Amino acid sequence: MGGFIQSSTMRKFAMALSGLFLVFFLLQHFIINLTSVTSPDTFNELSHFMGTNPLVQVLLQPVLIFGVIFHFAMGFILEAKNKKARNVNYVKYNGGANASWMSRNMIYSGIVILAFLGLHFYDFWVPEMVHKYIQSHPEDATRYYAETIAKFESPVRTGIYVVAFIFLMLHLLHGFSSSFQSIGWNNKYSKALKGFTQAYAIIIPLGFIFIAVYHYLNH
Amino acid sequence: MKLTLKIWRQENANAKGKMETYPIEGIEGDMSFLEMLDVLNEELVAKGEEPVEFDHDCREGICGTCSLQINGEPHGPDKLITTCQLHMRTFNDGDTIVIEPFRATAFPVIKDLIVDRSALDRIQQAGGYVSVNTSGNTIDANSIPVNKHDADDSFNAATCIGCGACVAACKNASAMLFTSAKVSQYALLPQGKVEATERVLNMVRQMDEEGFGNCSNTGACEIECPKGISLENIARLNREYLSASTKS
Repeated sequence: MGGFIQSSTMRKFAMALSGLFLVFFLLQHFIINLTSVTSPDTFNELSHFMGTNPLVQVLLQPVLIFGVIFHFAMGFILEAKNKKARNVNYVKYNGGANASWMSRNMIYSGIVILAFLGLHFYDFWVPEMVHKYIQSHPEDATRYYAETIAKFESPVRTGIYVVAFIFLMLHLLHGFSSSFQSIGWNNKYSKALKGFTQAYAIIIPLGFIFIAVYHYLNH
Repeated sequence: MKLTLKIWRQENANAKGKMETYPIEGIEGDMSFLEMLDVLNEELVAKGEEPVEFDHDCREGICGTCSLQINGEPHGPDKLITTCQLHMRTFNDGDTIVIEPFRATAFPVIKDLIVDRSALDRIQQAGGYVSVNTSGNTIDANSIPVNKHDADDSFNAATCIGCGACVAACKNASAMLFTSAKVSQYALLPQGKVEATERVLNMVRQMDEEGFGNCSNTGACEIECPKGISLENIARLNREYLSASTKS
């Protein structure tokens, strides 16, 4: 992948585009999840649509999986290159004096999110693939709600989800606004845009936390 | 003022360096940081020891030669100044001050606190210029109308003194702020448009070849830049690069 995008500027651009794509996906995921709190029937309908629509399954799902893998792989490539760019570390480095914790630790918040995605795929994606393609059960459009809330019976799993979403918040607090800088967007509207991205970075993960805790408390 | 200095000492580029501790007394608040080091060196020479090598030239903040990482920040804790403009009144009696060279793989240490920053010169040489006809038909620059806003932004970008503080401050040792300032200073002016495509491609290629890291938009460079070069220049570099990539 390092050979695919040779220049540092193009790597930044690709990282930003994949990040913006994932931010947009997150919003769609959140809206569907929120219906599990407001209307189980709507949640079942939307989940059935997403799980059976050929366009979603054949086109959007592979694009999403590619986007996730690309974003993480590029993140690790950039981190390795950046470590190589300073072969001797400072004895004293006051990073907090000039940059936020979030911006300096994107790789660590990213690793936590990657670990969470492993659990999330194990919880939802793998059983879904087994159900549909290995066991070949006939489609039941009413199964999704019960399957989802069953995952939040465990306080440990719910706690892991909450912690992961806090790290997602930290990642987005820098990453979302940073993406616009990387694609060359820095103008008189940037301050307002940063406000929007920070509100998004806080509200969406808090919303996911609310949904997880809601189902835990109401199972 | 009585201070404890912890200073990086390294015999030469190939030697293994280490931190050495030097107590120093009689430092006045009105002394500049470099004058404080001068006092230390006089004491070391008097004792028959090797003085601490450090870079300096104009000592008035315009040449970009002085380059010290002081207590974990390039040019020390004060903002919008170079090391030579840092005064000892910033510190308190009894303080310990850690002094290191700017760290980047592209800035190898030559001796003690002196690093080789010629990588920045090579980025400049890769495209940081405009070709002007000097055969006798040279057109007066003032005869070309320039938008005031663009002229101001270009001038601000041109105030970069190439000290390397942006590289030193960046957790990735990225030279993106320096390169973007040099690209912007020409990209904003009509005289710079002719070579704009090759300029940005060549300068970014040279920056990558020198081994600088990737910009991750932490903003540390902008905060530590003694001339206040803005991150807007990096966004402009990104736009220029994307535009040039589609043309080349």
